[in-house]
Amino acid sequence: MSEGLAPWLLVAGLGAFHGLNPAMGWLFAVALGLHRGSGRVVAWALLPIALGHALAIAAAVAAFLLAGAVLELAVLRRVAGVLLLAWAFWVVRRGHPRRVRVGMTTGAAGLVLWSFTMASAHGAGLMLLPALVPICFSGGVVPQLATTSGRALLVVLLHSAAMLAVTAALAFLVYRVVGVAILRSAWLNLDLLWALALSATGLWLLLG
Amino acid sequence: MATSLRPDPTFYPNPRLAAKAPPETFAYVVAFDPNRAVPDRLAVVDVDPASPSYGRILHESEASAVGDEFHHFGWNACSSHLCPNAPHPHVERRYLVVPGLRSSRIHVFDTKPDPRKPRLVHVVQPEEIAERAGYSRPHTVHCGPEGIYVSALGDGDGKGPGGVFLLDPESFAVLGRWELDRGPQYFAYDFWWHLGHDTLVTSEWGTPDMVENGLVPELVLGAKYGRRLHFFDLHKRRHLQEIDFGEKYQLVFELRPAHDPTKAYGFVNCVLSLEDLSSSIWLWFRENGKWAVEKVATIPAEPADPDLLPPVLKPFKAVPPLVTDIDLSVDDRFLYVSCWGTGQFLQYDVSDPRRPKLTGELRIGGIVSRAPHPSAPDRPLNGGPQMVEVSRDGRRIYFTNSLYGAVDPQFYPDGIEGWMVKVEADPAGGMRFDPRFFLAWPGPHRPHQIRLEGGDASSDSYCYPS
Repeated sequence: MSEGLAPWLLVAGLGAFHGLNPAMGWLFAVALGLHRGSGRVVAWALLPIALGHALAIAAAVAAFLLAGAVLELAVLRRVAGVLLLAWAFWVVRRGHPRRVRVGMTTGAAGLVLWSFTMASAHGAGLMLLPALVPICFSGGVVPQLATTSGRALLVVLLHSAAMLAVTAALAFLVYRVVGVAILRSAWLNLDLLWALALSATGLWLLLG
Repeated sequence: MATSLRPDPTFYPNPRLAAKAPPETFAYVVAFDPNRAVPDRLAVVDVDPASPSYGRILHESEASAVGDEFHHFGWNACSSHLCPNAPHPHVERRYLVVPGLRSSRIHVFDTKPDPRKPRLVHVVQPEEIAERAGYSRPHTVHCGPEGIYVSALGDGDGKGPGGVFLLDPESFAVLGRWELDRGPQYFAYDFWWHLGHDTLVTSEWGTPDMVENGLVPELVLGAKYGRRLHFFDLHKRRHLQEIDFGEKYQLVFELRPAHDPTKAYGFVNCVLSLEDLSSSIWLWFRENGKWAVEKVATIPAEPADPDLLPPVLKPFKAVPPLVTDIDLSVDDRFLYVSCWGTGQFLQYDVSDPRRPKLTGELRIGGIVSRAPHPSAPDRPLNGGPQMVEVSRDGRRIYFTNSLYGAVDPQFYPDGIEGWMVKVEADPAGGMRFDPRFFLAWPGPHRPHQIRLEGGDASSDSYCYPS
């Protein structure tokens, strides 16, 4: 792999970062486990949550690749950079309640939808673009479609596996050991950090 | 939007943790002028027993105009913001949203920077509510997963149906009608929800023309006022089920669902039985995939000398208990019942919700009894126990004595002199008046709903079981 290890580490690291965020799903799994009185429910809930997240990432990656097929890389970088900066602004602004479609009685399909929506709204997939550029656009032109798609799929899988690992660890830590009281002190406001990550990504795309 | 690094310290994930919250040191109480001559007020009352001004009003903030009839107010944000499906934990519990039941204005008071001196920062005008939501006569406010929910008795023209609408929790703009499909629901009054069961419940009083000049005896006797509960899907906003209490029952009012989100039951008071003037407590619960109700307690009318009764009651020779408010402790163990007619204040142990056990009874005011407070045993009081609020730890209960400007004189023709009292509850059951806490409310205002510092038993809902 000519691009080296760094972009792949970034893909996995962002997966861990997303998994850390209670709004990405581990807290929902904990709550469902508590409601239904079963650790198995926690484990069950994590799978559709991870799937929804993976679909959101895949959608963003696919959109980027499709755009890359028609746009010059330099133009693509500028468009994506502006989009990311706008999304960062939105993540800060959206910090208040709005339409809720999935509740505590939800099934697996509801969890997939919920997780997809949360990850998309937070711009989770967009954060991966800096890693995608070296992985899928090495050399500055889009290589063979099959190779690119394969590598993109690998990006989605690696990211989602890292996300699932961290989110599962946190879910069971809170469910089995520390309890939800921890939310009162340890639930830090990640929106700002998240917006910073999006902005940095956007700037890298614009200036890098 | 003002956000913080950590969750608002007054948010609790579950009722058990909320019950460990520090005791309140002050309370917010809305008070209205029944003559609609001076503006209504939001008062701050000192409830810290160690304070020299204990039991006294510390500060009053005024409405923007006259004639609001401040009613069941609430917070912009509360513990439901910790819910996993709609997490907004870094929003502050900061604004008090006060509906004007008669004016259809909604006043928003900011409790920062000095929580003991709330400042009026916004007024939602009736035209905005009518245009954007199609409602009027806002009645009850709850903070919840999608923002600020407000129930309304009437439509934009002051007729029916009433319902629920949403306010933006940041700008307080009216977002619109909450219901997507209201089904047969027509009358509105109170509402609340089971977050663990994705269900919203509403109760019934009447449309504005049926209540704004007082209760109409012919409508009561014809069982024309509200007598139903409605169950909605909280997220799809669709009507699921209606339960009619039947022709014998009138005025199904305050909804107190269990705080534990896994428990699928709640209590509601029915003010009047047309058979015997009794009031009753009903349990709603989930059974075989549907909601059902069951009458679990009856409070009988008390025989009385007609000479001592207001005209509306003389023919019946009895005082109805008129249970007009109830409140459930945060641990779901005790239910408090205000009997505005007889002056009784009751405590039931509802550990077994289908079999409430009477564990405490006090009396103050009352249409006939005019019972005094222990602080002044020779001073007869009018009005009766009405809006009741329970501290999060369940140890302290506060209540006021006025019901509604147009109905007060029907049952207390000599005019209600406002008061607020405090009751101390024994964790094992039983209660007594705090002899040091009797707040004779300064006229012409009459006190109504109470909200306690940081939250109370009817302000917050929770997503995590204890």
